[in-house]
Amino acid sequence: MARPGRIKPPMGHDNAWWWEQAAKGVLAIQRCTKCQALRHPPRPMCGECRSMDWDVLAASGKGTVASYTVLYHPQFPGFEYPLIIVLVDLEEGTRITAELKDCAPEAVDFGMAVTVYIHEDDDGFRIPMFRPASQGGN
Amino acid sequence: MPISMKNEAAIAGIGATKFSRNSGVSELALACEAVSNCLDDAGLAPGEVDGLVTYTLESNDEVEVARAVGLGDLTMYAKINYGGGAAVGLIQQAAMAVATGAAKNVVVWRAMNGRSGQRMGQGVSGNIISSDLIHWSWYMAYGMLTPASWVAMIANTYMHRFGVAAEHLAEVAIAQRNFALNNPAAAGYGKPLTLQEYMGSKRITERLRIYDCCQETDGGVALLITSTERARDLRHKPAVIRGVTQASTRGQEQMTSFYREELDRLPEMELAARRVYAMSGLGPEDIDAACLYDAFTPEVIMQLESFGFCKRGEAKDFVAAGNLRLGGRLPNNTHGGLLSESYIHGINNIAEGARLIRGTSCNQPDKVEHVLVSSGVGVPTGAVIFGKD
Repeated sequence: MARPGRIKPPMGHDNAWWWEQAAKGVLAIQRCTKCQALRHPPRPMCGECRSMDWDVLAASGKGTVASYTVLYHPQFPGFEYPLIIVLVDLEEGTRITAELKDCAPEAVDFGMAVTVYIHEDDDGFRIPMFRPASQGGN
Repeated sequence: MPISMKNEAAIAGIGATKFSRNSGVSELALACEAVSNCLDDAGLAPGEVDGLVTYTLESNDEVEVARAVGLGDLTMYAKINYGGGAAVGLIQQAAMAVATGAAKNVVVWRAMNGRSGQRMGQGVSGNIISSDLIHWSWYMAYGMLTPASWVAMIANTYMHRFGVAAEHLAEVAIAQRNFALNNPAAAGYGKPLTLQEYMGSKRITERLRIYDCCQETDGGVALLITSTERARDLRHKPAVIRGVTQASTRGQEQMTSFYREELDRLPEMELAARRVYAMSGLGPEDIDAACLYDAFTPEVIMQLESFGFCKRGEAKDFVAAGNLRLGGRLPNNTHGGLLSESYIHGINNIAEGARLIRGTSCNQPDKVEHVLVSSGVGVPTGAVIFGKD
């Protein structure tokens, strides 16, 4: 019997494209084509200049940990506990919330260097995750 | 010249149901009981109520409650958004209505089977692809599903930067549990909490133990807001609204404002502070007691700085000195709060604010001229200052 999977995001106009990029192996950052401001999480309009035209910047995947927490309870099906959630400052300038893998909870620290990789669940769903930089990335 | 809300309106009635883990009745029944008790407390007939305000999270529509309780014509009704962030928003809405004449007697309420029904601590779900659902999905996909998980992220940043330890959180929890020991309505009544018990308790996230998290409650609370003049003719001393505001700042997300430069402060609380102090003409030194929103203990600590009760980074010392206890500089949540009385999304804390002004708190400090009450932390929120007539 397959393990229950993670709770999948709904795929709407404003976010499905980002998950499609992830499925292709890209950590995408939304970029305003009018003023070049980067934004995350994605949204339909640029908060700096109000343009609704945007394109995609493929991030390098390198970043540092701006903050983190470790979740113990309650434990939802599809996730492994302790579950480390990080806010990563990407080197391009935006910040992303994701899981940190291959790291002991005691070893996570503010400012730690991390790199992205695309994790694939048993059911084929692809989602960007991070690892400590010392372990190499994708 | 815009109409000022200052001193125009007051809380003139407080009503509540029993607080429990299984009410055995519907949320509509809870709402009716709370509203009915509120009107009896004020000495106002149902037909005199012409305004209703509740939370968007409330399952009961305004007219369902109106029909069930037997209200008449309504000229103002509204639902305010953002979960517990709405609490003071209800008061602002009512005060605006009274100050402008949009309505004369406004009842605000929240009624929920928060323990036996939809439990806040068990995650977010939905079917329609709204922008809100997409907002949550950035966190849900990674298993960040509960309010504790979202709060822990901000709390960890603040606690790491300023050296806040578990003992400081414990002091918040224990001080409020001590208040609950004098409150027969409270979940914590008869259940003292020791530091040892706190330290040994179940870890929910990094930084948060079970005693750092608020109750899950079945129950309802309703308040009557009317003009200060009309309130004088009703049964109790008015708790006059000196200043009130809603507050949200740039870059706000519901609970997950993770993309700002500074993660270790509460800019919306700072905005609420500036507004209520300016409107009331008061400062932190004028506040004698507070009900700082306490869904999680670190939120209380951070708000002490937001509202100017201590300098940046010094809230932990303020707390460690026992200032949140009776006899301290700022008794906080003298009913036990969301942590130890009940979790009715913050409206039960507003009720305590009004009782403190009436002089009827179960832990009444010697001198109370002004009380500050805040709404939900991490969401668009608000604050109100009550004073004596």
